[in-house]
Amino acid sequence: MKPNDPTIRWIEDPPMGLSGRMYLPLFVQGLTTTVKHLFSRKVTLQFPDERPKIGNPIIYRGVHRLNKDSQGRVKCVACFLCATACPAHCIDIVGAESPWPDREKYCESFTIDELRCIYCGMCEEACPVDAIELTSFLDLTGRSREEMIFDKEKLLSVYDKTKDREPSQSVRLGVPVL
Amino acid sequence: MHTPETIVALIKIVLMLGGLMTAAAYLVLVERWIAAWVQDRQGPNRVGIPLTKIRLFGLGQPLADGLKFIFKEDYTPAQVDKGLYTLAPIIILTAALAIFAVIPFGSVLPMISVPGISQPIELIVAPRLDVGLVYVFALSSIAVYGVILGGWASNNKYSFLGGLRSSAQLIAYEIPLGLGILGVVLMSGTLRLDKIITDQATSGVWNVALQPLGLLVFGVASFAEAARLPFDLPEAEQELVGGYHTEYAGMRLLLFLIAEFLHMVTAAFLLVILYFGGWHLWGLTGSGDIVTWPVAILRIVVLTAKVLAMILFFMMVRWSWPRFRFDQLMSLAWTVMLPLGVVNLLLMAVLTEYRSHLGGGWWAFAIISWVVSIGACVVAGLMAPLSVDNRPKPHVHPWDAETSLGD
Repeated sequence: MKPNDPTIRWIEDPPMGLSGRMYLPLFVQGLTTTVKHLFSRKVTLQFPDERPKIGNPIIYRGVHRLNKDSQGRVKCVACFLCATACPAHCIDIVGAESPWPDREKYCESFTIDELRCIYCGMCEEACPVDAIELTSFLDLTGRSREEMIFDKEKLLSVYDKTKDREPSQSVRLGVPVL
Repeated sequence: MHTPETIVALIKIVLMLGGLMTAAAYLVLVERWIAAWVQDRQGPNRVGIPLTKIRLFGLGQPLADGLKFIFKEDYTPAQVDKGLYTLAPIIILTAALAIFAVIPFGSVLPMISVPGISQPIELIVAPRLDVGLVYVFALSSIAVYGVILGGWASNNKYSFLGGLRSSAQLIAYEIPLGLGILGVVLMSGTLRLDKIITDQATSGVWNVALQPLGLLVFGVASFAEAARLPFDLPEAEQELVGGYHTEYAGMRLLLFLIAEFLHMVTAAFLLVILYFGGWHLWGLTGSGDIVTWPVAILRIVVLTAKVLAMILFFMMVRWSWPRFRFDQLMSLAWTVMLPLGVVNLLLMAVLTEYRSHLGGGWWAFAIISWVVSIGACVVAGLMAPLSVDNRPKPHVHPWDAETSLGD
C-alpha cells in the first residue's frame, strides 16, 4: 500500500480542550491514578514462597514423564514417533527387543534434553500408547547441562511423583491400561 | 581561636554529610518501592541480615547496592580524557553537597552550658550567611559543569548528547527558578533561608497561600533542575542509553547517582523552606527564637517530614507524567514559565508595596494573588498550547511529486 493510497484514512489528533492546554488539571487526574495504584492490591507472586496456581494441570506443558503400565513396566514401545515428531530433536531412544511377551520392542534407553526441548507437546500428541506425557511441573533447575539431560529412570521417577495428581491420558479416557 | 565553635561546626558538617549520604542510599530504595507499588508490584523486599532468613522489608538493599558499586571494576575506557573524566563526578558531588551548607535542617538548639559557646546553636552549617540563596544558585550552576564535563570527557556521542541536553535544560530553567525565588525574597526582604522560615512562622501564613504562581514556576523549574521525570532528558534511558554517565562504572557512577538524588533532596528542601513554612506547623512548633528541647526536636521532625513528603511527591510524579520532547521542554521554559514568573514577580512587587493599604491583612493579599495566578495560568494555557508541531511541511509532498513525474 502506497502512502497516497485513497483508502488510507489519516487521523489527526483531536484538539485539546482547556484542561488539556492548561496541563495541570489533567496532571492531577494522572496523579490520582498513580496514588490509587500505590495502595492497590499487588499482583506479584513471591515465587519460591508461593506457587503459581496452574489452571488445568492436565493440559499444562511442563516437564516430561514416561508412564508405566499396571505392572510397573515402561509403556514405551520404542516406535520412535515422538523422536520423529520432535521439532527440537531433543529425544534420543535406543530400542531393544522386549523381554515381555505382550509387546515386541521396548526402550532400552530414553533420553530427553530438557534444555533443548521447547515444550511444544508434539511428542505427547504423537505417542500411540500414551507413554510420554507432559506434566505441570514447571520450575526445572539444575547446576549443569548434563544434569538437565533426563534419562529413562529420571523420567519414570517423574511419573511416580505426579501420577496421583495428574492421571495419565488413558486412565482419564477410560482406556484399559495395558 | 573560637575552638568550641569550630568543633560545633565540624559536628554539624559530619551530621549533615552522614545524614545526606545515608538518605541518598535509602532514597534509592524508596524510589524503587514507589516505582514498584505504583506498578502493582512488591518491590525490593528480600535483602535483610546476611546469612539469616530475616528480611526486614528489604532494608539491607542499599548496603548491598553500595558494596556492589565499591567492588565493581573501576574501569576507564581507553578513548576518554582521563583528567576531566575523573574530575566530573567529583565536581558534581562536591557542588551537590556544598549547597547544604546554607540549608537549615532545623531551627535552633536551646542554650548549652559549655564554656566558649555564648549563643544558641543554629542548626545550619553556615549560620547567618547573608547571601544564602545566591550561594545556592551559584553552586547549582556549578553542577552543570559536572554534567557537561562528564559528557564531553567520555568521548561518546550518547554521553555528549546527554551533556548538551542537560546544559541547555539547566540553563533554561535557571531563569524561572530565579524568578520563583525572587518573589519570596521580595516578600521576606532577605536571602537567608532560616530568616525566610522565621518570617513564615511569625506570620503563620505559608508562602504557598500568598504566591501560588511562584510555587508553580519554582516547582516546575526545580523538577527540571533536579533532572527528574518529566524533565529527565539528560539521561533519558530509552533515547540516550544512559546520557552523560553512559561511560561511567563503579564508584564514579555511584557519585553521579548520589549527586542526582542530592539534587532532588535540595529541591525538596528549597520548596519546603521557601513555600511550605520550613519547620513551622501551627500549634506545634511555635515561632520564636528561644526554644526548649522538645520544641527544637519537634521542629527538626516537622521539617524532615515535610521534606520527605515532598520527595515522595517527586517520586510519584515520575510515574504520572510522560517525558517532554526537547522542543516542548524549551517552549515550556521560555514561553510559559518565564512569563508566568515575571507576572508573579510583578504581582509580588505590587502587593508587597501596597499591603498596608489593603486593609484586610493577609486575606486580601492571598485572594488577589490567587485570582491573578489562576487567571495567568488560564491565559498561558490559551496562548501557548504545549503540542508544537515542528515537523517540516513541504508544499508538494515527496510522494505526490513522484507520481506526477510518473505521469
